[in-house]
Amino acid sequence: MTSRSNNGLTVEHLSFAYGATKALDDVSLTIAPGTFCALLGPNGAGKSTLFALLTRLFTAPEGRIVIGGQDLRRAPRAALAQMGVVFQQTTLDLDLTIRQNLSYFAALHGLWGRDARRRIDAALDRLNLTDRSRERCRTLNGGHKRRTEIARALLHSPRFLLLDEPTVGLDAAARRDITAHVHDLAAEQALTILWATHLTDEIADSDQLAVLHRGRLIRSGLCAELRGALPLSDYFLQATGTPA
Amino acid sequence: MSWLTALAAIVIREALRFIHQRERFLAALVRPLVWLLVFAAGFRAALGLSITPPYQTYITYEIYIVPGLCGMILLFNGMQSALSLVYDREMGSMRLLLTAPLPRWWLLVSKLLGATLISILQCYVFLGIAWAFDITLPAAGYLAAFPALLIAGLMLGALGLALSSLIRQLENFAGVMNFVIFPMFFLSSALYPLWKMAESSRLLHDICAANPFTHAVELIRFALYAEANLPALGWTLLATVVFLGLAFWGYDPARSLIRRKR
Repeated sequence: MTSRSNNGLTVEHLSFAYGATKALDDVSLTIAPGTFCALLGPNGAGKSTLFALLTRLFTAPEGRIVIGGQDLRRAPRAALAQMGVVFQQTTLDLDLTIRQNLSYFAALHGLWGRDARRRIDAALDRLNLTDRSRERCRTLNGGHKRRTEIARALLHSPRFLLLDEPTVGLDAAARRDITAHVHDLAAEQALTILWATHLTDEIADSDQLAVLHRGRLIRSGLCAELRGALPLSDYFLQATGTPA
Repeated sequence: MSWLTALAAIVIREALRFIHQRERFLAALVRPLVWLLVFAAGFRAALGLSITPPYQTYITYEIYIVPGLCGMILLFNGMQSALSLVYDREMGSMRLLLTAPLPRWWLLVSKLLGATLISILQCYVFLGIAWAFDITLPAAGYLAAFPALLIAGLMLGALGLALSSLIRQLENFAGVMNFVIFPMFFLSSALYPLWKMAESSRLLHDICAANPFTHAVELIRFALYAEANLPALGWTLLATVVFLGLAFWGYDPARSLIRRKR
């Protein structure tokens, strides 16, 4: 099945409620291939719900999600196989070593043996963690844990990388480092990236910006064009009435 | 092939977690050993046991409760594994598993199988310690017990899985442990034969007879004597299918059961 987004990521009329509480209301969003899209919204805007639906942790009764030409409802495995995900909370097993964590993830995506080892070695090399690969993840600092999770999410060479507030809990230096790292990845590997955040300084002018507020997508477009002459934080305040 | 790769990875991860959490392993062994070496020794004189299948002769109380204590290991581990699933879900690693590009039922079965194999290993260590204390069983029984332990372990793990899908938060789970583990264990043939229970109360006997854990224990008891208890096997398999069905239903992404309001 071919999507209208030329194999990017498309969300069409997505609505979702927790009981009587509406979390997402008729959200539609298209991200072209190779684009870095920042999903900006205050806490409680519905970002994590949108991530849960995009990663099929649960499904919405209304709306449609198409990832790389694959309808998530009809072909969930094909859609998920193209996706790397970094969740807000760490999903590393802190009692296992860095290499064991990477091997586990690789196997969940069907990678085993020499191919898996080659990819893991390359990832460790990029992270400068080759010498520490047999240390438990518990010994890593917050920034390294996040970088390991990002490297892990890319082990199976996905075309899409979804990150749900990946800088939460990091200090300013680590936050800048991770933000720059993922922007570089988008440019170097032509990845389609969805980056959820509530912090405007993580967004570049060249990024696609989608503003989510109270479950509704209220703005979408190129960041530089949307904000005009305003600083992004002021633009966000104007759009939502909520400081970022 | 990718299915088997994922299965192997999940089982290996369970094994590695087990190696890293040796205190959990010891705690899981201490519980049945206290029952075997302390409680059973004290009860030996108080509880007379007649010759009932699979026993061919009079047996000591220690011998009688060995299958029930294997069941206890499987029961506690099944529930503990479910507890870890709730914890995993709260901490995020369950999300990683559930977003793998494989059918969700396969991922859940793989997780269940990994946890059950670890439980079986603990059962054999327990049987080994019992053997060292001269509480011995027929040699063939040790081998024949494996499939019985596997089926019983899968059944109890599936129950835990089903419960974990229904429980939203860890603190709720503690209550369920009390309402599931203790009634299941005490209302079964693990510690006393059902005919003994019937002497006290017909109602309690009937409840015990309907308890799937009773059938799991009887399946293990007969297997330890290299005998097949077909009704127990049938009921245990049926309970496994029902609990698995409930777990798959609970973890179905279209249902609301694993959602949490964030």
